[in-house]
Amino acid sequence: MELQKFYYDNKIVRKFIVATMFWGIIGMSIGLLLAFMFLFPNLTDGISWLSFGRLRPLHTNAVIFAFVGNAIFAGVYYSTQRLLKARMWKDWLSNLNFWGWQAIIVGAAITLPLGYTSSKEYAELEWPFDIAIALIWVSFGANLIGAILKRRQRHLYVAIWFYLATFVTVAVLHIVNSMAIPVAVLKSYSMYAGVQDALVQWWYGHNAVAFFLTTPFLGLMYYFVPKAANRPIYSYRLSIVHFWSLIFIYIWAGPHHLLYSTLPDWAQNLGVAFSIMLLAPSWGGMINGLLTLRGAWDKVRTDPVLKFMVVAITGYGMATFEGPMLSLKNVNAIAHFSDWVIAHVHVGALAWNGFLTFGMIYWMVPKLFKTKLWSIKLANVHFWVGTLGIILYALPMYVAGFVQASMWKQFNPDGTLTYGNFLETVSAIIPMYWMRAIGGSMFIVGALIGVYNIIMTARDGSKVTDELAEAAPLQQVTKKRTKKEGYHTWLERRPVRLTLFATIVILIGGIVQIVPSLIVDDYVPIISSVKPYTPLELEGRDIYIREGCVSCHSQMVRPFRSEVERYGEYSKAGEYVYDHPFLWGSKRTGPDLMRIGGKYSDNWHLNHFYDPQSTSSGSIMPSYKWLINNKLDKGDTEDKMNAMVTLGVPYTEKDIANAQKWMDEQGTQIEKNLYNDPDFAKIYEANKKYAEENGEEFIEMRNREITAIIAYLQRLGTDIKIKNANDPIVNEN
Amino acid sequence: MQMTLLLTKTNKTMLKYIKGNLENIDGVEMYPIISLLIFFVFFATLFWWVFTAKKTHFTEVSNIPFDDDTVTIKDIEL
Repeated sequence: MELQKFYYDNKIVRKFIVATMFWGIIGMSIGLLLAFMFLFPNLTDGISWLSFGRLRPLHTNAVIFAFVGNAIFAGVYYSTQRLLKARMWKDWLSNLNFWGWQAIIVGAAITLPLGYTSSKEYAELEWPFDIAIALIWVSFGANLIGAILKRRQRHLYVAIWFYLATFVTVAVLHIVNSMAIPVAVLKSYSMYAGVQDALVQWWYGHNAVAFFLTTPFLGLMYYFVPKAANRPIYSYRLSIVHFWSLIFIYIWAGPHHLLYSTLPDWAQNLGVAFSIMLLAPSWGGMINGLLTLRGAWDKVRTDPVLKFMVVAITGYGMATFEGPMLSLKNVNAIAHFSDWVIAHVHVGALAWNGFLTFGMIYWMVPKLFKTKLWSIKLANVHFWVGTLGIILYALPMYVAGFVQASMWKQFNPDGTLTYGNFLETVSAIIPMYWMRAIGGSMFIVGALIGVYNIIMTARDGSKVTDELAEAAPLQQVTKKRTKKEGYHTWLERRPVRLTLFATIVILIGGIVQIVPSLIVDDYVPIISSVKPYTPLELEGRDIYIREGCVSCHSQMVRPFRSEVERYGEYSKAGEYVYDHPFLWGSKRTGPDLMRIGGKYSDNWHLNHFYDPQSTSSGSIMPSYKWLINNKLDKGDTEDKMNAMVTLGVPYTEKDIANAQKWMDEQGTQIEKNLYNDPDFAKIYEANKKYAEENGEEFIEMRNREITAIIAYLQRLGTDIKIKNANDPIVNEN
Repeated sequence: MQMTLLLTKTNKTMLKYIKGNLENIDGVEMYPIISLLIFFVFFATLFWWVFTAKKTHFTEVSNIPFDDDTVTIKDIEL
């Protein structure tokens, strides 16, 4: 048999490694800045694009899609070529994948701080980016499948299946969740509303964790752990069971993010049941990874690569044990909306994704640069500083979450809340926030040491070149050779069919969840007193979205005595029917805002936005001074209303024609209300006079952003307050 | 619409806004049965595959990662 000569593309791997390290440091640093904002809320006072709400999505996106994303590509491009004995399909696709992905990240780094966001978690980027992501993702998939088709290795190793499932599922999730109606170049409204939007979003959100942070990394684990330990995977049988059951079960579990919300009970329970089941394949995978090191534990003591991998797999085991526990309703009732969830995700991100990435890079870079790791000692320092960092990050956050949630639920014997002021529950956990910031700092210091070590290794080594390899081409498969092969063996030779089956498997769970959620709309009981937002409230809501208020404030009162006592009547599905997108939130750094409407005066809101600490002593909310000065852009209001009409919101033609007048009236009323505060009247009049005397343009209060957001906040949750529950009008359909 | 009307007649409390939102979808009782069947068949087939496959095959396939940089003419025999 004649051998074919070909080259492994190492340069593309090097590029992705550089990008991984660069974006890793950026993403983690933004996280650290955010951690310090809990301690010094006005750290970036007055700078809108450095405010907490706008940076938070940048942190999550940078870490998930830039750091972890580039690490996935680096590892996949390295291992795929070697597992298939083939170069990637097309070099231009590899480069398009690389440069396109970096361009999207740069776009995200610019637009998210400027407030262009869809507000849907881990899918915040606006619609032009969504399209770009889809195209670049397809170029990656085409490159992968193209390489598979021209492979010189008959059977597809288990890692490749994980990569294929990743490609297919992320594409499906991304497209379904990003469905939106554009109203401007960087503004769109989610096609779904309320309960439906929540269900689709968390079907996506949960599976983004599954198919972006888990399955590709499991593929990498199945390649790099055996390579680093120099022994095959513990059980290949287990890896088959692991793969199919994981992708089959994962996709059903999304609704566990919405327990006790207004999501229908059946969907909540379905999510819980499948989350518990997930424990089996997850731990199967973890055990498979750890037992691969059987007989090689002595190496773990000396080899930093294996140390990183062991902690990574252990972190995976911890996070996937905790996940099912968190999905139990009684545990979720405490953990949800609290820092417990922050601890949970960081065990996953810092240990599983972070440490596997570091282990992989420490293993790959010396090979690519044909040298040895510059300093094993320094790699060990990185390992220990990083590991301590993870512990110091996670433990205080668990405590913080548990303490705060318990305080939220604490009652006095007379039936009143023990900690009626939300701020008391925040002040109690500030020490934990300090420890978290220290832990996070240590993790970054470790990462910086790692980057330094890698740079020095690269400098010591020789230039990265494409690697020559030789292998025989695939032969025709004859009947005789395949006579006795089992079904799965047969399947492993057929990548297209394997991909198709994997797609069907993930679609089953997807369909069971998505189809009912597409029709759930028609089954959400209509509450007739719930009306669409006025144009000014709609504009205010868009400012709420722009500023990322949803990062810290939920809009979902769960049906608990403690929450009804603190916030008011629990939320009903019918109250959200005009919410494109939904803004239920996932974290309560501040109190829930579902029933904030009418609770405080307009002046209170103005003062609170200007200086939160003046109205609420000890508050950790940053100031939003720019809202008070910015002129409200009313240029797109009619377009926005028309888009809403397309989505089924019942604005009449008259409503839209009168939008400007309507906004003016409502704005004027708020302006009038603000005059109730003599201090406001004095300062406002003085400013007005000053502007007139100096010939400067003066923006009336009714035309400023603050007025719109006050209008929105005062509306929140008031629709069902108008009538009492048994009033016949409420029950009319 | 049928369901909301029904609820108006039978249940006038606020509870109706969160309870049984999907119980009246036509043929909804088939959902759990179909789901269970898919589930059972899926895992039964999966374990059938895994336990009927040959051990020698697994040994060979799990060694694929070690078969990359050395030049070899060995084609995996089935």
